[in-house]
Amino acid sequence: MITLIVRELRLAWSGGAFLLPLLFFLLVATLFPFAVGPDGPLLARTGGGALWMAALLAALLPIDRLVEPDRAAGVLDQLAVRGLSEEGIAFAKLAGHWLSFGPPLMLAALPGAALMKLPGDVLLRVELGLLVGTPGLAALTLGVAALTAGLRRSGALAGLLMLPLAVPLLIFGAGLVERGDRDGALQLLAAVSLLLVAGAPFVAGSAIRAARD
Amino acid sequence: MSSHLLAMEKVTLDRGGRRLFEGLDLALGAGDAVLVTGPNGVGKSSLLRLAAGLLTPAAGRVDRAPAALVDEHLALDERLPLGRALAFWASLDGGDPARGMADMGLSHLADVPVRMLSTGQRKRAALARLIASDRPLWLLDEPANGLDTDGLNRLAGILAAARRSGRAILVASHQPIGLDDHRTAALA
Repeated sequence: MITLIVRELRLAWSGGAFLLPLLFFLLVATLFPFAVGPDGPLLARTGGGALWMAALLAALLPIDRLVEPDRAAGVLDQLAVRGLSEEGIAFAKLAGHWLSFGPPLMLAALPGAALMKLPGDVLLRVELGLLVGTPGLAALTLGVAALTAGLRRSGALAGLLMLPLAVPLLIFGAGLVERGDRDGALQLLAAVSLLLVAGAPFVAGSAIRAARD
Repeated sequence: MSSHLLAMEKVTLDRGGRRLFEGLDLALGAGDAVLVTGPNGVGKSSLLRLAAGLLTPAAGRVDRAPAALVDEHLALDERLPLGRALAFWASLDGGDPARGMADMGLSHLADVPVRMLSTGQRKRAALARLIASDRPLWLLDEPANGLDTDGLNRLAGILAAARRSGRAILVASHQPIGLDDHRTAALA
């Protein structure tokens, strides 16, 4: 299992694949002030939600590299021949993907927050929300990546599948940023994230098996 | 489980709504080799994937010892040097990738990225992984594709050595691969 997680990290690192979502995240965060204007208070009020939107869009990018290359190259078959369960493979992929996605995104949120003129306490809530929410985002990415593996031109379909499922993360993540933890936003965000993390390996595992027939 | 390394009893396999074969019996013990023959599309590769546990039969049962599969997919990370790509699988299998590369004449390519390898060298790399995997049941789908004369000789050599050490081999091939004293399973 550790071997598989290390391999996922190496795949994310090689060729700088893990940088792409980060650059995309920063690009969206950069564009947002251009769109709404350089009004400091307005940016500070809406910036947290915009960062969550950017994180969600960034989570879409790795979909086509998570499962399909391994399926096409026969890696998933070779792992299965060795008796590893598809769910176990999917869990290793989830862990490896989050490690190359969540913490770097939290780092990228620092310059992102500066672009939005977010005050310190809001930034803290963004970071807390990302810490709790990015595992859920990574789980969604993996699940959709497995479901669309083997389909041609699946990019738009993947987006259509994933974005509606990410709505709860977005609501509670942005709610946490805006109002603090008064209404239990953090607990609800954690609950949604946990549900996604717990379910994704089984969805992805079944999808990998179904893609063989 | 019996002493067989692979036992199929009255196995029926459907793919895409089409029945490929039904009521197939096949048993391989230590040192056995079975050559699967038949025209294109008759289900030879599917039979091997069934034996590997990647497909489930519509009826019947399949018992197998731990297996190693060589098929058309190389399953090595293209960016990595060959030695490290094989070492990933060896770390799962507990085998020795250097021996596999030596047996297939690939030792001098250990530092070359997998994506630079030719068709024949890629097939040799897949066979090197097979040798290093140290599994008792070998499943080979067209292992001779793309191999030159030297590669074919090496293939025949490793198959003979594997049978002497008690492995069982199920192989589908259109080319002669130098298997002595084998049985044939003809799909029609």
